[in-house]
Amino acid sequence: MDQFNQAGKQESITPNNPETLGKHRSMLAIIVTKFFQNKLAVFGLIMLGIIVGAAVFAPLIAPHDPNYQTLIARLHEPSAEYWLGADQLGRDLFSRLLYAGQMSLLVGFAAMASSTIIGASLGAIAGYFGGLIDSIIMRIVDVLISFPNIFLLITLVALFRPSPFWLVVVFGSLGWMGTARLMRGEILSLKRREYVLAARTLGLPKWRIIFNHIMPNAIGPLIVSATLAIGSFIIAESTLSFLGLGISPPTATWGNMLSSAQNLTIFQTAWWYPLFPGLMIFITVLSFNFVGDGLRDALDPRVVEK
Amino acid sequence: MANTNVAHDPSTNINQNDDKILEIKNLKKHFPVKAGVLQRTKGQIKAVDGINFYIRKGESFGLVGESGCGKSTAGRTITRLYEPTDGTIMFDGHDITKSKERNLFSLRRDMQMVFQDPFSSLNPRKTVGATLIEPMKVHGIQSNTKARREFAQSIMERVGLNPSFINRYPHEFSGGQRQRIGIARALILNPKLIVGDEPVSALDVSIQSQVLNLLNDLQDEFDLTYLFIAHDLSVVKHFSDRIGVMYLGNMAEVAEKNDLYNEPLHPYTQALLSAVPRSHPREQTRERIILKGISRVLQIHRVGVCSIQDVRM
Repeated sequence: MDQFNQAGKQESITPNNPETLGKHRSMLAIIVTKFFQNKLAVFGLIMLGIIVGAAVFAPLIAPHDPNYQTLIARLHEPSAEYWLGADQLGRDLFSRLLYAGQMSLLVGFAAMASSTIIGASLGAIAGYFGGLIDSIIMRIVDVLISFPNIFLLITLVALFRPSPFWLVVVFGSLGWMGTARLMRGEILSLKRREYVLAARTLGLPKWRIIFNHIMPNAIGPLIVSATLAIGSFIIAESTLSFLGLGISPPTATWGNMLSSAQNLTIFQTAWWYPLFPGLMIFITVLSFNFVGDGLRDALDPRVVEK
Repeated sequence: MANTNVAHDPSTNINQNDDKILEIKNLKKHFPVKAGVLQRTKGQIKAVDGINFYIRKGESFGLVGESGCGKSTAGRTITRLYEPTDGTIMFDGHDITKSKERNLFSLRRDMQMVFQDPFSSLNPRKTVGATLIEPMKVHGIQSNTKARREFAQSIMERVGLNPSFINRYPHEFSGGQRQRIGIARALILNPKLIVGDEPVSALDVSIQSQVLNLLNDLQDEFDLTYLFIAHDLSVVKHFSDRIGVMYLGNMAEVAEKNDLYNEPLHPYTQALLSAVPRSHPREQTRERIILKGISRVLQIHRVGVCSIQDVRM
């Protein structure tokens, strides 16, 4: 029923008049146009641009050395000298936030990329081939997902040295299960579409069907889950930092800055210390979600542009 | 009872084997019904339960029947999208019933399918050109991309699409145009047999006749044989040379078109023909035959096994 309505709509949108005939736009152009029609997504993109830019150019922007301690300025309030105040060791909060951004974004991005790649491939294999392969992969997912994540994280991080690299490896190998389930579900529904059957009757090889016909159509939900994952990895890193197992000081991350501010005296006397790292995590995660939402709509060819 | 009506099909005795491009013998496709914690097989849905028919080169064979009678399953089993449970499929002199996927590769060139739903039968992320060029690349037809592109455009023109639309996406086309793309995709490998799985039932009546006429013209031009699956008796009458009537997974009757419409022998065929709506007032007094029987769905719930014998008239 829905499809018939859609049919009527599309027929009225694209009449076969010669004017529209020569004007062909590439899929990329259509996606970009649709993305920029979404105001929240554009806002998110601008915010992310500022945040990423600030982190990358931290050495040029930062007014102070992020690790230089000025003990007289302990818990200094925001001022001309210390724009966002200073922490309990007298380090400039603004400079530390910039450098912390480098580490937090790096860990978030790398962990997202590895967990998404693992999850998407395993989920796609399970969904497409089904049967025994599907059962084996999905039972592994069930087992891994049933562990309380935080204990597993603590064990693994305690075993390896808590360096950024191992943190990404651990996040990647523990964060892929949700993506795998999502991908499997998508593939299960897509592989019964008639265009996939058509690809099979044309004799196309299996890998071509999976990567050229099924995967591109499953990309929407995948991107949304990936953007959400970045935020959750940044938060997971701060949880580990709180327990002393994340990136170890003096290297700053938003997470370990926030956790070292978890102190009643600081809450009462220096509101700026926990506020700004928390705000950075909040704005970053929110912006990623806006961008993810916008991308999902832009990538969906069924959403006809206005 | 479910056997092919041989007496009604005089061609059986006259024609030789070499004339047959497709021969189906006792084809069965059963789907397991699983239930319980351990997903044990509790029974089977006998979607196709032993059908026999053949198609001669260059003819159009219509497969009709009500929804759920197994005609689409039969089509997909014949193209080996589903694994047959039993029986043999002879295509162009070869037994393809048990062929492995890599041996099916050459078969794929000769047997193509046109699907029912023009909206889900085209990949929304591929342009018409990409959809048509990809199979040529895989099968090594034409030497380079430029030649493939030109060939794709010539096929587009042949099915009534403007060749300059080659870079467009499926959502930029109407339902009828999309179905033409689907037909172009089936033609691109120059097949011998095209299985049409209700190729016009999702289209407007006016578009239906255009597409049917197109298929008719293409048949002569490309030397095609059609297996045409439909539930619309008027469409099948217009299109087919011979017709097979399916009912609950079995072949009720196979006959030449005129014989079937003038003198249906099987009671189910009689009931099916009597259900065709009449437009002329004089004909409206004709008696409709109402089938008495339990629906298949109910049957599965009751005994776990669906058996056609129990629900026969």
